[in-house]
Amino acid sequence: MKTTYREAMRAAIRDAIQRDERVFLMGEDVGAYGGCFAVSLGLFEEFGPERIRDTPLSEAGFVGAGIGAALGGMRPIVEIMTVNFSLLALDQLVNNAATLLHMSGGQFNVPLVIRMTTGAGRQLGAQHSHSLEGWLAHIPGLRILTPATLEDARGMLWTALQDPDPVLIFEHGTLYNVAGDLADDAGPVDISTAAVRRPGADISLITYGGTLPAVLDAATQLAGEGIDAEVLDLRVLRPLDDAAVLGSVAKTHRAVVVDEGWRSGSISAELSARITENAFFDLDAPVGRVCSAEVPLPYAKHLELAALPTTERIVAAAREAVGARG
Amino acid sequence: MTGTSARGTGNADSDHARHLLRQMLRVRRLEEQCVELYSAAKIRGFLHVYIGEEAVAAGVMSTLAPDDAVVATYREHGHALLRGVPAGAILAEMYGHVEGCCRGRGGSMHLFDAGTRFYGGNAIVAGGLPLAVGLALADKMSGRSRVTVCFFGEGAVAEGAFHESLNLAALWQLPVLFCCENNLYAMGTALARSESQTDIALKAAGYEIASWSADGMDVIAVEEAARRAVDAVRAGGGPHFLELRTYRFRAHSMFDPERYRDKAEVSRWMERDPIDTLRTALEAAGQLSAKDWKSIQQDVDTEVDAAVEFAEAGTPEPLEDLTRFVYSERSPE
Repeated sequence: MKTTYREAMRAAIRDAIQRDERVFLMGEDVGAYGGCFAVSLGLFEEFGPERIRDTPLSEAGFVGAGIGAALGGMRPIVEIMTVNFSLLALDQLVNNAATLLHMSGGQFNVPLVIRMTTGAGRQLGAQHSHSLEGWLAHIPGLRILTPATLEDARGMLWTALQDPDPVLIFEHGTLYNVAGDLADDAGPVDISTAAVRRPGADISLITYGGTLPAVLDAATQLAGEGIDAEVLDLRVLRPLDDAAVLGSVAKTHRAVVVDEGWRSGSISAELSARITENAFFDLDAPVGRVCSAEVPLPYAKHLELAALPTTERIVAAAREAVGARG
Repeated sequence: MTGTSARGTGNADSDHARHLLRQMLRVRRLEEQCVELYSAAKIRGFLHVYIGEEAVAAGVMSTLAPDDAVVATYREHGHALLRGVPAGAILAEMYGHVEGCCRGRGGSMHLFDAGTRFYGGNAIVAGGLPLAVGLALADKMSGRSRVTVCFFGEGAVAEGAFHESLNLAALWQLPVLFCCENNLYAMGTALARSESQTDIALKAAGYEIASWSADGMDVIAVEEAARRAVDAVRAGGGPHFLELRTYRFRAHSMFDPERYRDKAEVSRWMERDPIDTLRTALEAAGQLSAKDWKSIQQDVDTEVDAAVEFAEAGTPEPLEDLTRFVYSERSPE
């Protein structure tokens, strides 16, 4: 069937609410408004205000309430409008959701799912455009998911709800309108492995989430130049699928990591370090990185574009890595 | 401040009053022991004792049912004990032993116990309030008549999470009882130096929450107020708020040189020691003999001695278990 990323996500929420009476959606504007990004459009009418629960603009309050409700036996899906706003709830995410299991010596699970948008590309300026999933991937106790395809948008939520631990799902804002075919019987997918989106022999392009389309475009362009790029979609930023990353590098001997976060202290820095630590002797070139420019994301379209990992920059980085013959 | 008064006995029957006296003494003795063990370097980290405030935990806790939930702060040894966590498990936790209520991963500031629905042990000021709101939300959505009680100090009133939580609880009419332990100092910052409005019950009332204050040095008064509130919450009356005016006799923590308040002030409050107050009132009313008091003291000493023995005999968590409980041992299907 034809669908969009947004519709796939909505179908996943509907399915979860129908399957399990403990599941409910909570967040700013998820109800009467239909969701700031229209993900939950129509669900309020379908399920009512108890299970599609509008909250005040109070991220610490409703994220903490989600944690408490999870402790109390519910299976909340909390929507935070953008990752930028999640900073208002960082205390609850880091000091409670991620730590309660450990601090309590294994007594208290927090089976909570938090969804939020991330990323730039829509001229929304610095306070709505950042990619901070790498920060949260720094925190032990959280699982970080980055669905980039229709299958993952449809399938990750239900699996995440089965996880006894807190799961954060990052939906890149530019993906919502991506349309394509999704199998009628598409269902839950695993939330622990990376996926090869395009097999290749010459270089591994490692990415996740919103930059996957640009990386796939880059791979197509590189193929025209005789460079056979493998595209690895991480899917999960914590815990990272080391085996998939190292396996790909062992095959291609070159790697470029594409990450919309800033380069300094980013998930791409972590990947580069892991590849260097574990696959140094497989490498024929230094690990390359394409990240966002180290500026708060600007509003003006040409400046925003210049700050982001574009197909051209990915192609250039791949050419450089392949050119550095070992 | 009022002096000690016969009000201590109220209408409670004498057995119950003696029970409350015993509960307060259990907290006091356990914590005096903690201070000693801290000085002996058996306990490390931050240690915040509740000495002087026992009437609050004793009065509120005695009104709860076994399946109610309790959320507390980092000054929570007394809450844990009176909620039913064994003294031995509390002390072993502070020793960092596997026999502790959190296997030594929590320590003094992070006591948790699933069996008694004791949810901490939260060391971020006001961080526990949203959790309490969520626990109450789960009960309401599931149609259960349980109550969640959330303890916090008056310092929490300045935090955004306090306001967000009260608003949500009132908006959704959740079964939660907020208990503000107003001991007048947020670490070393006096209430009047941190709040534009120092009447905390009044502030809570601004959220359309039934709010009142009680003398936190008088366990009978605390219990009366708490019972009224818990009954109302359980009956579907929405959130309630209690401001319990109390005082801590000791420093904020073992590291606090206490330069922010003078000794005369502390002495004045110590004249209202909640344990002495109740004991004196019961004696005056002929409801507590010297023998009764001695027997209570002996029982409590026996319990605390046994707890120390239990903690001393504990074992450290094996190092190979360091990374357990970061993620659950059951993975998603």
